[in-house]
Amino acid sequence: MTDHTTDPRTAASARPATASHATETAFLGLGPKDFRLLLIVIALTMLAPFLLNPFPAGSELAQFNAGYPDLMQRFVIFGIFAIGFNILFGLTGYLSFGHAAFLGVGSYAAIWMMKLLTMNVIPAIVLSVIVAGIFALLVGFISLRRSGIYFSILTLAFAQMSYALAYSVLTPITGGETGLQAKINDPRILDPGAGQSLGRANLFGLEMGSSYNLQIGDWSFTFNAGYYLAAIVMLVGFYLAIRLFRSPFGMMLRAVKSNQQRMNYTGLNSRPYTLAAFVISGMYAGLAGGLMVAMDTQVGPERMFWTASGEVVLMTILGGAGTLIGPVLGAGMIKYMENIVSKINDNILHQWFSFLPDGLEDALVAIVYPFIGKGWNLTLGIVFMLVVIFLPGGLVQGGQKVARLFRRNNRKGGGAESEAAKKQPAE
Amino acid sequence: MDALILQILNGLDKGSAYALIALGLTLIFGTLGVVNFAHGALFMLGAFCAVTLNRILTLSHTVVDESRTDFLGNPMKVDVPYLFDIVGPDTGAKLIEWSVPLSILFAIPVMILIGVVMERGLIKHFYKRPHADQILVTFGLAIVLQEVVKYFYGANPIPTPAPSAFSGSFDFGVLLGFDPYVIIYPYWRLVYFAFAMVVIAAVFAFLQFSTFGMVVRAGMADRETVGLLGINIDRRFTIMFGIAAAVAGLAGVMYTPINPPNYHMGMDFLVLSFVVVVVGGMGSLPGAVLAGFLLGILESLASMGWVIDLIPGINQIIIYLVAIVVLLTRPRGLMGRKGVMED
Repeated sequence: MTDHTTDPRTAASARPATASHATETAFLGLGPKDFRLLLIVIALTMLAPFLLNPFPAGSELAQFNAGYPDLMQRFVIFGIFAIGFNILFGLTGYLSFGHAAFLGVGSYAAIWMMKLLTMNVIPAIVLSVIVAGIFALLVGFISLRRSGIYFSILTLAFAQMSYALAYSVLTPITGGETGLQAKINDPRILDPGAGQSLGRANLFGLEMGSSYNLQIGDWSFTFNAGYYLAAIVMLVGFYLAIRLFRSPFGMMLRAVKSNQQRMNYTGLNSRPYTLAAFVISGMYAGLAGGLMVAMDTQVGPERMFWTASGEVVLMTILGGAGTLIGPVLGAGMIKYMENIVSKINDNILHQWFSFLPDGLEDALVAIVYPFIGKGWNLTLGIVFMLVVIFLPGGLVQGGQKVARLFRRNNRKGGGAESEAAKKQPAE
Repeated sequence: MDALILQILNGLDKGSAYALIALGLTLIFGTLGVVNFAHGALFMLGAFCAVTLNRILTLSHTVVDESRTDFLGNPMKVDVPYLFDIVGPDTGAKLIEWSVPLSILFAIPVMILIGVVMERGLIKHFYKRPHADQILVTFGLAIVLQEVVKYFYGANPIPTPAPSAFSGSFDFGVLLGFDPYVIIYPYWRLVYFAFAMVVIAAVFAFLQFSTFGMVVRAGMADRETVGLLGINIDRRFTIMFGIAAAVAGLAGVMYTPINPPNYHMGMDFLVLSFVVVVVGGMGSLPGAVLAGFLLGILESLASMGWVIDLIPGINQIIIYLVAIVVLLTRPRGLMGRKGVMED
């Protein structure tokens, strides 16, 4: 970065004061609206064990309960991944098709930290972020020389290369096809009990796998240490993302998306900004990878395969690219479908529709069946296409549309306000 | 030397597939300006056209064969394809054996139809949207097509053998004066290569020597002016989309004996085909073909023993490596036109 990049930053920082509400109140540096959003997200994540287990255990609907640790951890971890991806794609419009590589690199870094140093998750997570950041700097430095489809192909090429190498030549480091797991005879130089027992990932003694079960009537709620660690990390990540969205730097990234050429003509070099966004987003991915290892101490190269990169693209677009909460929603929705919807089989369908006459029941089951269970990917693909076609702003935009519809019905003539809402970018 | 020739031959069939898919991709991009991530799915659909025709031909009913008995001594029940009743057992068996080449005739209309429906129904609405949106919606479509095929045909690869006339291998080395059995090459791969050359030549000839092709080329160069001359260029481009789909489909049909088709084969090829298109140059048809063969051969050369000993893992990454170098040093690709999607 040279001096001509610092100049316009101050110039740009004057602009958002009118466009956004960053300067209105400063509580934690957030405007009232953003602060409210943050509070809602905090409440939702902290109460998730309750909210995701609305059905009593043992009841027929219990299979829709998503409040078990493994899945809740995945919700927040993929939330982090998607938040990071959104910083790149949502703000700058650069569509990376290779983000899983950073997640994978972060995972490998974390597992090595656990194998060599200690099963405490802090060094593992810190190193995963750093290593993913360095790797992202390298990939971004090269990939960002091109834009549009070429950028997508370049990132894809890098990710596929990492995958292929992790699978084959780098086997001494990555464990190849079998991947890496924590083992009893790992050195773990900082752990006192190393070499005698299989260590468990912990935070200063608090094991990530440990849970507290709360039984209220028929309901059972699980509070898992690992989930809460990941959730807190996600909340910090979310907070930083809000700050970044509202900062002059965020404005610059938006400028890249809306018209990079014009930005360049005004004498700005956009490369440092996009590169910074790329690295930040790569670090989020690395963080997600590190957390994955902290929750489940193993890694495999398939984590870097390009379908994994495609998944985070799906999450972000589905929820709403460029919005704050969208990517988290998208991640939650896809993971929910993957884990819950995919478990519904035709027997369960027959149970649901058993109140119908026989012929109708079979017909309905036959119609619904391809879309659930193993066919959940089909539903995902269709929903994704519909979102891209009709709701470029994702589910968040959909929610806003519905909310606006209600508001208009409630008090007629409130057109001025809904017009104003329309002008506001989806956030 | 013999190993070198063998590897080049091995690269040819994969290169043919790359070239055909990349050709279709480039046709779509050059005419409609759309980045089609569903093109791999079209390749896969083509392969399943072959599977479908095979299934139709072998649709059977059970008859009791009195002349034979099963292990319990009862008259044996045998499945007889309806086809045998129509054309007689000998012709029927021949037809079933030749189902893969026959599928070409079946696949062309089907794939053109699929292509046209796809363009009119979906892609049409995305001309004005950013490339990222086009990528995303076609990516979604690819997932949907893939899942539909998975639902109907299952997740396992379906072996679809070539006619037995092509099942052996051809001793290529003898032809060049090497010892026998040094350079042997399966007949079907030779067929595939020849087939690819024919399809590529047909596409180029169509574009070069027909009035329709001339209009399309004019439209690729300057769509607006062609439209102003009173030519319905949109309709022609739609047909080109259908042809591109058919090219991908044919590549898939003929690939089935080499690699039993499964529902995700399209995605596997798609990534590499995009790399091929980018290396050849966005929008350049000769570039796509050249890059397809080049990368196919490079990939197989890189998997020679001494190359791997020299640079471990090079066979896995060579294509991506080439793509990165080309994109950074010559953004328009090997044969891309100046100014077309250069940044």
